[in-house]
Amino acid sequence: MAAQLIVLGALALLLLWAIYTYNRLVVLRNRIDNAWHQIAVQLRRRFDLIPNLEETVKGYASHERTTFEQVTKARAAAEAATNLGEQAAAQNMITAALRGLLAVAENYPELKANQNFLALQEELTATEDRIAYARQAYNDTVMMFNALMQMFPANIVASLGSFQRRDYFELEDRAAEQPVKVDF
Amino acid sequence: MIFEAIAANRRLTVLLLVAFTGLLAGLGYLAGEIWRLGPWPLVAALVVAFFSSWSAYFYSDAIVLRVSGAQPASHDQYPELYNAVEGLCLAAMMPRPRLYVIEDSAPNAFATGRDPQHAAIAVTTGLLAKTDREELKGVVAHELSHIRRYDIRLMAIVAVLAGTVALLADWLQRSFFYGPRRSRERGNAPLALLGFAAALLAPLAALLMQLAISRRREFLADAGSAELTRNPGALASALEKLDADSDPLEVANKATAPLYIVNPLKEHGGWLNSLFSTHPPLPERVRRLRAL
Repeated sequence: MAAQLIVLGALALLLLWAIYTYNRLVVLRNRIDNAWHQIAVQLRRRFDLIPNLEETVKGYASHERTTFEQVTKARAAAEAATNLGEQAAAQNMITAALRGLLAVAENYPELKANQNFLALQEELTATEDRIAYARQAYNDTVMMFNALMQMFPANIVASLGSFQRRDYFELEDRAAEQPVKVDF
Repeated sequence: MIFEAIAANRRLTVLLLVAFTGLLAGLGYLAGEIWRLGPWPLVAALVVAFFSSWSAYFYSDAIVLRVSGAQPASHDQYPELYNAVEGLCLAAMMPRPRLYVIEDSAPNAFATGRDPQHAAIAVTTGLLAKTDREELKGVVAHELSHIRRYDIRLMAIVAVLAGTVALLADWLQRSFFYGPRRSRERGNAPLALLGFAAALLAPLAALLMQLAISRRREFLADAGSAELTRNPGALASALEKLDADSDPLEVANKATAPLYIVNPLKEHGGWLNSLFSTHPPLPERVRRLRAL
């Protein structure tokens, strides 16, 4: 009788632990999805800033053709991207293109003094910042999730619940990890 | 680690409220015995304890902001502040606290509220003027990590409770010295002495409590800031700037001083000051940040 009780108690404890671990994995998975959504929102926001910035720069420097072509190409790539890898590559292109646009402004003092341009520049800096921070939150959560999934004995619960490992959102270009420098 | 910090802060908050109620009840009981007023001072003390705990919990942020002369910051007027805070809130995965600005040239900042959903950050116009973007982010991240760990609730409650204790003890001392003569003569002498001692010691206890709570938390919030911004150097240089600034913050007082990121009262040197300082020594904070 006593032995049965002990076995029963141990089983109950095991079950409680499994439920706890399962719920913890679910919470982390939801946080990853939420963080990913935040990155997407900020990337979209940056994307929407491009036409405005392009127009403003064009008003002063319409003949900088290669720069504008680069911007158009980067936008098209971002629109076409389907998976995480393509998305990251396209975002790198956008970062480079935006940097090009801002570099153009260097040569046009009137553009640099334009109120609209200054507001866009602040907005862009802030958005780059937010992308970096959202990515940091996403990658940190992915790391916690993956670590928990791989650890014994949580990995048993993870495979029973068919949790999938998540990928980090990496920007390969090390320079692209820094927010665009826009303090002239 | 952050969950342990939150749980510890919750326990300490409950403990403080209980200790505070006990302290007031004790003072009320002594007052009743000394002046032969029966149980009424005790009842009054319990009522005061209840209302100040209740208002400390729900309104300490409003009280602290009002006392500090903080005005709501508009997005149009302070886009850089909003941008800094919003970015860091993404990193911390928390809602953006309400933002306030204090018109004062002394660079400083504090956070208050009861949880991340009801939190506020106040910065001085001096801080916005004297720090660059990275330094501002370091300071804001320090405040966000106070919010995230529920330090704000504990510290706001301590500020309000310590204020109440000091006020009551002051009143008790006064009535001891200037109270009606007759009741003092009829009073029980050893008990009166005890009441006097309690009236003297209560504010000291409140002060020590305040000190014990805020010092360690500043180190932890500095570390939390570095974790969010990944740039401890920026916070270190911001702290040095804030410390080097010689303007005292007009709106700060003894009760609200522990809330600020650096001591706004600018009292330096002397063993007594260092014993009673609410903030860890700044060079030590900077050293720890630079070592990260």
